[in-house]
Amino acid sequence: MTAEVKVLTKNFDLRTPGEPVFLEKYEANGGYEGFRKALKMTPAEVQQAVKDSALRGRGGAGFPTGMKWSFVPMDDFKGQKYLVCNCDEMEPGTFKDRALIQNDPHQLIEGMLIAAFGMQMTKGFIFVRLEYRFGSSILDKAIAEAEAKGYIGKNILGSGFDFHLETHLSAGRYICGEETALLNALEGKRANPRSKPPFPQIRGFLGQPTIVNNVETFSNLPHILANGAEWFKSLGLTGNAGTKIMGASGRLKTPGLWELPLGTPIREIMEEYGGGPSRSPWKCIIPGGLSTPFMMPEQFDTPMDYDTVGKEGSRMGTAGIIAFDEDDCMVAATANIMKFYARETCGFCTPCREGIPWIYQIVTAIAEGKGVPSDMQVLDEMSKHILHTFCAFAPGAQGPLLSAITKFRHEFDAKIAAANPTASSDPVVTHATHPEPAGV
Amino acid sequence: MGSTDTQVLAKRASESLITSNEEADRLPSLPEDLREHLSEHCTHYANRRVGLIWVMQQLQAYYGGWLPNRGISEASEIVGVARPEVEGVATFFNWFFRQPVGRNVIVMCDSISCYLGGCEKNLERLEQKLGITLGETTPDGEYTLLPIVCLGNCDKAPCMMVGDDLHSNLTPEMLDQIFEKSQASASGNTTASEVNK
Repeated sequence: MTAEVKVLTKNFDLRTPGEPVFLEKYEANGGYEGFRKALKMTPAEVQQAVKDSALRGRGGAGFPTGMKWSFVPMDDFKGQKYLVCNCDEMEPGTFKDRALIQNDPHQLIEGMLIAAFGMQMTKGFIFVRLEYRFGSSILDKAIAEAEAKGYIGKNILGSGFDFHLETHLSAGRYICGEETALLNALEGKRANPRSKPPFPQIRGFLGQPTIVNNVETFSNLPHILANGAEWFKSLGLTGNAGTKIMGASGRLKTPGLWELPLGTPIREIMEEYGGGPSRSPWKCIIPGGLSTPFMMPEQFDTPMDYDTVGKEGSRMGTAGIIAFDEDDCMVAATANIMKFYARETCGFCTPCREGIPWIYQIVTAIAEGKGVPSDMQVLDEMSKHILHTFCAFAPGAQGPLLSAITKFRHEFDAKIAAANPTASSDPVVTHATHPEPAGV
Repeated sequence: MGSTDTQVLAKRASESLITSNEEADRLPSLPEDLREHLSEHCTHYANRRVGLIWVMQQLQAYYGGWLPNRGISEASEIVGVARPEVEGVATFFNWFFRQPVGRNVIVMCDSISCYLGGCEKNLERLEQKLGITLGETTPDGEYTLLPIVCLGNCDKAPCMMVGDDLHSNLTPEMLDQIFEKSQASASGNTTASEVNK
């Protein structure tokens, strides 16, 4: 059995009940050592250290962090640059950032300081979803502590480097987690995604060079700086560097959150840590947050890492596993999944705004025993059309949809066969009469 | 934020619930110290508009949980952004309300982990208990019930938030307890949620 490796969660054990790890305890356990080390390096060396570590973004997309940073203009650029932390965690099945900010807020702040110094950015925001306002208040307290101790402010620790950091409480919507939509929200605009290029590294917040990274990505930086790139790479079991806070929810006996090496087999996470199936044997999982395609039991020995899960036709995403069992109706589950996307589409692109609610209505109708045979044709077609959109939201919806109608086709077909087909063969007309379900 | 700020921000337009735009219009104009405080906040940024969301959040609190038409106009004047732009922002984000809401907004998660955990049964019980359906407010103005996407608490699904409080591992029986307790207490608010994990 793969043991837990506590790097990002090492301070969680220092908590007293109901109280996060604040500055005194954080420093006593090696806190801000990584940042102090960074201040003795050049910004270019800090960037190189992150590049060498092979750290990849922990927010879901898995883009190499060092490479993302490398597009930020450096010496020749004298204007304002911004650093933004994405704490808009709203991907169903994902609950790691909540734990990180509520338990160890200084780890995130130190990570942001290292990134800010490495890219010479003097202003930063932590973009927090409103439902995490309790966590945001903890961050506010930690920022005040860091300011009082001279880690944040002007001429930090005598280095000549300045950094201002504040939290921004969002007003909601899943799309704010998309980095360009997040930047619009932060600017006080509707959170529609922006066209890329220009990428935020060149023109981001208020048109200035900006880096947006996830909470867990930043939280890795103090450890990379303190212990080195080789150490960080050696943590992974299968070639992807570092640990990952893995979560599991759904049909398991003991759902939870564990920090494990990248490459820990999915089955181990579910059986050893998740306690095994809670009701009937597992039918499938969504491996890493709602937007990742389903995986079947014969794939459960796959190591949980970016590359291998990708080769299995899914994505590691946020490593938040959602487990389904044999008693779960996958048509009804798909309807629930599509409800999420139908509600949260930002409405900017027609295929997403119109297509996903349509898909949701069709899948709901099938689940409720009102499907018609042509519904499957429509779903097949629509699952392709919704890709013609601006951002990764609709492809995120397509992941679970396409894998559901492929892998659980028999369940959809059985539902439709059992239903009494209506006379009309025109799915548009048929489903236009379905009443709009509540809550969308 | 200092104690003076907190006092300014703690101001409310009315002790009782404001139930319509007309009612909001009849209230005295926005206190000058509050207006100044909100305006000052916008000066911290290279573009005043960056302060818009925060200003709207404060105005929403000032009007007891929702943004009446005059709140949109006031945000527009304070930040210096055209009124339709403010309206566009107010109608985009799900935590701005353009209609009156109850003293406590209940959001019940219905995303996949909570769905697997039985959130539908919980919703049914809650609707029964409060005598309202999703999107409605109780006649006494105490609760507004809304659906929400994932609250990021999936290992303790199903869950909901009542005001600032997160409730985990919900069952219909727990809902009975929670709402009997809060109906007995005056405010319906308890302490902040516990630290996770």
